[in-house]
Amino acid sequence: MTGYDLVVVGGGPAGVAGALSAAQAGLRVALVDAGPRLGGQYFRHRAGSLPSGRGADRFVRQCRALRTRAELLLDHKVWAVEQGEDSVTVHVMAGQEERPFTLACRSLLIATGAHDRPLPFPGWDLPGVLTAGGAQALLKGEGVPAGRRVVVSGTGPFLLPVAAGLAKAGVSVAGVFEANGPLGLARHPLLAAGKAGEALGYGAALAGHRVPYRTRHAVVAAHGSSRVTHVTVARLDAEWRVLSSRTVECDAVAVGYGFVPQIDLAVQLGCATTHSADGSPVVDVDEGQRTSVASVYAAGEPTGVGGAELAELEGRTAGLTIAHDLASGEGGDPVPGVLRRRGERLRAFARALQEAYPVQPGWQDWLHDDTLVCRCEEVPVSRIREAMDLGATDARSIKLLARPGMGWCQGRICGYAVSCLAGERPQAPRRPIAQPITLGCLERIEDEQPH
Amino acid sequence: MSDVIVIGAGVVGAACAYYAAAAGLDVTVLDRGPVAGGTTGAGEGNVLVSDKEPGPELDLALLSNRLWRELAEHGGFEYEPKGGLVVAETGEVQRQLVELAGKQGVEHTVVPDTELHGYEPHLADGLAGGVFYPQDAQVQPMLAAARLLRHGADSFGHGALRLRTGVTVTGFVRSGERVTGVRTDHGDILADAVVNAAGTWGGQVAALAGVELPILPRRGFILVTEPLREPLIRHKVYTAAYVTNVASDSADLETSAVVEGTPAGSVLIGASRERVGFDRTTSIPVLRRLAAQATALFPVLRNRRVIRSYCGFRPYCPDHLPVIGPDPRAPGLLHACGHEGAGIGLAPATGHLLAQLLSGERTALDLAPFSPGRFA
Repeated sequence: MTGYDLVVVGGGPAGVAGALSAAQAGLRVALVDAGPRLGGQYFRHRAGSLPSGRGADRFVRQCRALRTRAELLLDHKVWAVEQGEDSVTVHVMAGQEERPFTLACRSLLIATGAHDRPLPFPGWDLPGVLTAGGAQALLKGEGVPAGRRVVVSGTGPFLLPVAAGLAKAGVSVAGVFEANGPLGLARHPLLAAGKAGEALGYGAALAGHRVPYRTRHAVVAAHGSSRVTHVTVARLDAEWRVLSSRTVECDAVAVGYGFVPQIDLAVQLGCATTHSADGSPVVDVDEGQRTSVASVYAAGEPTGVGGAELAELEGRTAGLTIAHDLASGEGGDPVPGVLRRRGERLRAFARALQEAYPVQPGWQDWLHDDTLVCRCEEVPVSRIREAMDLGATDARSIKLLARPGMGWCQGRICGYAVSCLAGERPQAPRRPIAQPITLGCLERIEDEQPH
Repeated sequence: MSDVIVIGAGVVGAACAYYAAAAGLDVTVLDRGPVAGGTTGAGEGNVLVSDKEPGPELDLALLSNRLWRELAEHGGFEYEPKGGLVVAETGEVQRQLVELAGKQGVEHTVVPDTELHGYEPHLADGLAGGVFYPQDAQVQPMLAAARLLRHGADSFGHGALRLRTGVTVTGFVRSGERVTGVRTDHGDILADAVVNAAGTWGGQVAALAGVELPILPRRGFILVTEPLREPLIRHKVYTAAYVTNVASDSADLETSAVVEGTPAGSVLIGASRERVGFDRTTSIPVLRRLAAQATALFPVLRNRRVIRSYCGFRPYCPDHLPVIGPDPRAPGLLHACGHEGAGIGLAPATGHLLAQLLSGERTALDLAPFSPGRFA
């Protein structure tokens, strides 16, 4: 058997912890990440700097330890995975030149994180309108603030660090508009969960910069000719229907309605999926992070959005379980009870957050007939409703008739919204090609020997 | 009660319903899923006359080709009569292509190697020539099916054509031997005749009536590129191997290059054929072969990106002919399935002929070669 004991896809908190635990147990490990540095979304940082934020010191130590114990394949994109007879084949494109090659491994850990979950609204395709995660990545990864005067809107606790980060970088944050929660920052679920330090930290940062935080408010339209110049901010009822509105001037908007776990690779392998409390399809795992497919494990956001701390814990759990399983499962339970109980607490908290920040159906009333739902293929709401009228009853058949999700992003941006419009829960995405690959690269894949 | 129940809201079912409604019959179309969710939603939209050997299927294709042009005039779906260019790698293959074209008696132009680039400027050098078929066309099959159903419902009086999605047929209602309706998960629905247009699943539907139809899934993959800014490929372009693969009986993997642009800017790349049941697992070796064959024809595609692939299951009959007509083993049951990879192209003629049959007219073509009786 050639190749690795374990290939980890994803270099965020889950992937790094998983790779390190497995390597420390003596396994031969490779970690693959599309980015130039370890960190993932949460610990994204600029070249020549270190990650910052809660838990960053620990993450940096883990990365240092990992460098000497595992092979790090950064700037490597995984576009497909295949189950072989006694191994998993990972198809990779290396570097800027996208050289194709394959990795063979006895176990695979999917730690591919999550991406933003935006909702469409009139004007969301204007330059200057970003996802919350996009604004955060721009700031953390490039040191570039999204604008000079920024509005942050959407739902969920992630809006707070985005706004606080922008304010700290000297940006004028014209407001944080949280569509849910009538209770305001003082009763934020982070406080209820004993994360007072975290919530108060963001709260203090926002207060210090005099950033208004409004619940039951959201940006429902963006305006401007060549880029956004102002937005309509609406006061909402509990279902997110507009009660009243006003105009706020800004040159950028950061909008986020939660996250979509990236489970493309798990679906390629046929891993069973389930739905998390926020309606997202997620990989179904057992308490050892095993998926339904032998030798395939998942940790972090692909098993349900729960933040960096839970991701790290799941990564560790996966690493220990994998080492245990490869050693023919001898030696009792590989995961210490203390880790397991911490995981349970963190998962309960993640579920509570998802339940505290649901997406309510009223956003569909913000749309006009000509509002684009799919920006890649320029599909307006009217065409989606027309497809439904013609007999498309689910997101897939809407896509076949009206083309939302057929373009560059393959429905990563619009998939959630289309499912909502179709009146169904989002289904696990079938994406046999997880990253765009040139035909020249694809035709060469068998010329390359397994790494 | 309807005159006709059509099982399957794919393009064949839609065409059957459309023409039956046009003939004055009351039609109910049932599908367990949405409209066009099966093989119709997984194809390329081929309307080809070029790939058929002379005989009953070519006659069907020529009739269908004419009907597609009529249907396209209703609008609402993409229909591109762009023509097909079959290319030959060697002089011997070119000789065979020219011979086939002569026997088909279909409108065509023999293209010598020196003129290939006039048809397709980005075609690779070194090909031996080709044959151009101006009648070959391309439709967006999902939208075409949905629009045909809608147009049928709107044009021929209220209640004449009714679409019910999310209804699964679980059995047949019989009166003696005769099929008088279907049992579904939403209750029994009665009709004077039932049309099995369930495509690849047509054999399973037939089994519910106690009759055997040997329809097997023949899997195919398609690669889709990023939308290209400039159209690189003008026609449907395929290699001569496609013709032999279509006619082959092998269960093993066979691939040939079929390359074409779409109005959305993406290039579609096929075609593979293999009999592996209903397995949807992506086969990377198949994708690699499709890529290699497409770039061999169009080297310019090498630096274009594939953004997705999909697979579907062609309804394959051992003799490569569709099953169209009444089943002598189950009076009242008619079949319109088993079109393999040509279902989009052959759908209108299939629907038209069945509607003639259902309304007691003489059919425009002899249906004997397609008769379900051949499996009795």
